[in-house]
Amino acid sequence: MKNHGRWYLFFFLTPILLWLFLMILLPHMDLLIMSFRAEDDFGEMVWSFANYLNFFEEPIYWATFARTALYSILVTVLTFIIALPVSFYITHVVAPKFSGFLMLLLLLPFWVSELVRVYGWMILLRESGVINHFLVQMGILDKPVEMLYNDATMILGLVYTSMLFMVVPLISVLESLDKSLIEAAYDLGANMWTILVRIIIPHSMPGIVSGSIVVFMLTLGNYLTPNLMGGKNSLWFTEQIYNQFIASFNWNQGSAFGFLLLILSSLIIWAGLKLTGQKLSKVVK
Amino acid sequence: MFTLSPDKNMQTDLSVQNVTKKFEEFTAVDSVSFDVEQGRFFSILGPSGCGKTTLLRMIAGFTEPTDGIISIRGENMAGVVPNKRPVNLIFQHLALFPMMNVAENIAFGLQRQKVGRADIQKKTETILERVGLPGFAHKKIDQLSGGQKQRVAIARCLVLEPTVLLLDEPLGALDLKLRDQMKVELKKLQAKVGTTFVYITHDQSEALVMSDYVAVMNKGRFEQVDTPQNLYSNPSTPFTAQFVGDNNAWSGRLTGLSGNMATVVTPEGNSFTINTHGKTFAPDAGVDLFLRPEAMLIQPDPSMDQLNRFEVVVKAILFDGANSRLLATPLNSEKELIIGLPQNRQFDHIRPSDRIEIGWHGDSGICFPGKEGRS
Repeated sequence: MKNHGRWYLFFFLTPILLWLFLMILLPHMDLLIMSFRAEDDFGEMVWSFANYLNFFEEPIYWATFARTALYSILVTVLTFIIALPVSFYITHVVAPKFSGFLMLLLLLPFWVSELVRVYGWMILLRESGVINHFLVQMGILDKPVEMLYNDATMILGLVYTSMLFMVVPLISVLESLDKSLIEAAYDLGANMWTILVRIIIPHSMPGIVSGSIVVFMLTLGNYLTPNLMGGKNSLWFTEQIYNQFIASFNWNQGSAFGFLLLILSSLIIWAGLKLTGQKLSKVVK
Repeated sequence: MFTLSPDKNMQTDLSVQNVTKKFEEFTAVDSVSFDVEQGRFFSILGPSGCGKTTLLRMIAGFTEPTDGIISIRGENMAGVVPNKRPVNLIFQHLALFPMMNVAENIAFGLQRQKVGRADIQKKTETILERVGLPGFAHKKIDQLSGGQKQRVAIARCLVLEPTVLLLDEPLGALDLKLRDQMKVELKKLQAKVGTTFVYITHDQSEALVMSDYVAVMNKGRFEQVDTPQNLYSNPSTPFTAQFVGDNNAWSGRLTGLSGNMATVVTPEGNSFTINTHGKTFAPDAGVDLFLRPEAMLIQPDPSMDQLNRFEVVVKAILFDGANSRLLATPLNSEKELIIGLPQNRQFDHIRPSDRIEIGWHGDSGICFPGKEGRS
């Protein structure tokens, strides 16, 4: 009986173990090795820290790096601020029969690819776009304004892309929030702000943290939206990695950047968990 | 309008005047009026769906009445939101905040009133002692037992010294033994703190044991407001007679009336004499009889000549300690009666399908005019 159980375990574990090893671990090990190798003065490949040193010596690299990190945190916070009322509305305000419908409405845009969604925004926002057209028609603007290609638009696009990944975990925690807790707090003299800070947010903490981790990682690793909606000055660190791999054909530099990004995201998530007093094992549940 | 003991010295804490609540075409609460004096334990007893929770939520301020006035210590509460009312509500499932410990739960309301930190600590300790939980301040909510949670919920409200404490079936989730224990404790606590309690429940024993006054509610209306003793011995409506305590309902037809004593013939052919307690009946009217199980005596002594006597066949013996009953049917009838079976060993010989004589005194039954045309 016991041998049987073990056999089943191996049978079902094998695909995931193979996948983890072949698709994740092996390539990353190769990249890691690559990141520590560079050409010496004679054009030979040798072990070296040159790729990592490059990063610290060139201001454009670490400036982009810091910008990407800060903007990702900003996007995560903005997404949370927008997603919390939306999730609360769906779970506790609207009639239960509509909440499924509203969920579907949230889900619907994600049935199209991110590329199409970003182009949708571009059609709306560009100089000859829909919004400009109406503003000029109504006489609010004299001539069309370029709304694309700046940081604000890029953040708008990133928040929009991330919404669902914050709303879904928030809905699942808010569903378990007993309405009578809110009423009890109200009855005991609390106002809306106190209820939000003392009852709703502490209750939702696991969902907030898991949603924030997902949104943060997706934003940090996003390539498409910053590239299409951000301007020339809105550099994203993924673009630096892309440039190294594709434009400069410098795979060693690219993999070093890749690992720096991995370390950065791990550090920020670790700090976030410490700051909110949550445990990863609890959050991923 | 029900008026209770018109004691001029007592302040009225809660006054409800003609309060009605309609949800579209459904009337949940239908023109209910009552006053509760300071320090009273007032219960609203009714079956589920009778509108008692809606009434309580209107007093707490979570729903606005469609019509009528709710005032607390003479102040009209119309438009006053729950966090500004001098009442607190203990929820059915207590609604303790699981993200806070016991002390933080109790301090929550005090913090909203901007009470100083030192005062909060002092008040929290005092109230915990009062509800019998000293030293529990730093326990987490999920470490508490059902009865302890109950006490924390009560402490959390009482610490705010509300004018009226509202309780929404808070004992419902407890097991029977604990519920009986909490009933007594709650009553004692109320007497100690002297706060006005308005308690709603569907459990008649909770209402009868704890209350000074009980309102029996049915279909959005108050059937009767009275002391527990009066409700039991003097129900003013058939609903109260059946809802409060066990009762055997029996319909019959009036065949004679002399003074207060009416003669009623049941469909089974039994003829009973019963005190009408001043109720008026039309000749040949339908009559609904209500007989308490303990009003029916098993094999009464032949010398007691004022009893209504009839024979029954025992169907089953429902042994339940001091609360044991006989399930029996009158001869030639399918009607089931529940008869009190005193556990003094006198009736140990009774077996199912025995034929025994039952007697009851005409003063111990209650009768109401029944529906016309029923025979």
